[in-house]
Amino acid sequence: MIYHWFRSHWHAFILVLKKVRNAPIANLLMAAVIGATLSLPAGLYLLADNIRQAAGDITIEPQISLFLSLNASDSAAKALEHRLKENTGIKDFSFVSKESAWQEMQRNNTVADTGLEKNPLPDAFVIHPKDTEPQAVDKLQKELSELPNVEHTLLDAEWVKRLYVLLQMSTKAVVILTSLLGFALVAIIGNTIRLQIMTQRDEIEVSRLIGATDRFIRRPFLLAGLLHGFAGGLMAWLFVYIALYIFNASVQDLALLYSADFRLHMLNGQASLMLLGGAAALGWLGAFLAVNRSLAELKTKSK
Amino acid sequence: MIKFDGVTKRYPGGFEALKNVSFEIAQGELAFITGHSGAGKSTLLKLAAAIERPTTGSVIVNGQNVGKMRQSGLPYVRRNFGMIFQDHKLLYDRNVFDNVALPLSIVGTTGREAGKRIRAALDKVGLLSREKAAPITLSGGEQQRLAIARAIVSRPAILVADEPTGNLDESYARDIIELFQSFHEVGVTVIIATHDAKGIAQRGEQILSLEQGVLK
Repeated sequence: MIYHWFRSHWHAFILVLKKVRNAPIANLLMAAVIGATLSLPAGLYLLADNIRQAAGDITIEPQISLFLSLNASDSAAKALEHRLKENTGIKDFSFVSKESAWQEMQRNNTVADTGLEKNPLPDAFVIHPKDTEPQAVDKLQKELSELPNVEHTLLDAEWVKRLYVLLQMSTKAVVILTSLLGFALVAIIGNTIRLQIMTQRDEIEVSRLIGATDRFIRRPFLLAGLLHGFAGGLMAWLFVYIALYIFNASVQDLALLYSADFRLHMLNGQASLMLLGGAAALGWLGAFLAVNRSLAELKTKSK
Repeated sequence: MIKFDGVTKRYPGGFEALKNVSFEIAQGELAFITGHSGAGKSTLLKLAAAIERPTTGSVIVNGQNVGKMRQSGLPYVRRNFGMIFQDHKLLYDRNVFDNVALPLSIVGTTGREAGKRIRAALDKVGLLSREKAAPITLSGGEQQRLAIARAIVSRPAILVADEPTGNLDESYARDIIELFQSFHEVGVTVIIATHDAKGIAQRGEQILSLEQGVLK
């Protein structure tokens, strides 16, 4: 049974290869078109992946500054300190009194520039959250800002949060782009297979009359769709690789200016397999839809 | 081997090609179906070879009721038949050899074994020297014989020919009929439809005469 399956597919495979050999340019162009289509989501994914890795390397701890209102008393600050100690979301915190902040400012000679004579600074707490996930930090900040006598909270590393949001957006963009272009891929391959079926109508008709099963007729077309998809996936991989190669020269120059060693990396094994497998699967699907439609059409016509 | 019982075939639009036809063809028999064009000969052959199904009545092939079979089972019934179509239905995009190879590839026979059988079939019809030729370059008689080679290559139990002598001159037609006789002699069931009753050798073969879809 398995032997028969393998053998019949092998024969269909040989048949498809023969057809490819008969029209190498057309098949190469086809693969290039599919490759160009797929290289868009693959490239975007790669970009997002690279940025994510780069962002992962930068481990800046988010830090929340809590400014008390100016008229808050020392006892109010004490009470607040007590509440911060009880908060389980906080890793550690330190108290910066208005006097020490003022002294710090004077030491740095920034006061003379501003022309301030009186201390305008409030008491403040500098807090490091336990959970550094953007959402968790956000929640903590909100919580803290609602405490009594807190005038203002400030989250630094705001840009990390923005980056995360951007990355999330890019993931969504990859998904949307992949679905759209996947649909295009199914349509492109389906159409190609339909044309192939039309040129082989006579063969299909005769084969049916002399005892070919639908499965037999379908097999080489499905295989052709699968191979079209796979070849396109391979092309997309190649396109992305070439683009990366070109980019990397500039990226390294840029990194050197920041005296950092950074280069864009290629799709990893899993992502590459996903690309090839996904493309092949979509190709098969396109062929499957086209074959079923065409066979049904031919059936009603021949009756 | 083939049994029709009260078979009626009505096509969409209401045309009745066959009306209440009953007959039986035994294994190894040579049978002729005669009648004018439009009498229902082709329809009868299509029903016998499980290409079409009866509207009413039953068609039994090798003990299987074709009318009650599932669609997916029909290809396997068809493999019992070597079909020679009225219009030959040759494939003009490939050479003689590859035309004959088609039925074998359908049942999964390829490679050297297939080559042997294809050449044997071509030899039988006298086209061995033309295996690389394109069908379009063959004469009418040669095309007919190519169609026969394709029908016999998978060694079917039943050979069905629709007007095999239709467009051939008399001596050529006799050759073709003799070819069928030779298959009959080695035990193949042969069914031939022809509008030309003159060409039929009378050796006690069953003759089914159709007239406007009715068996006379």
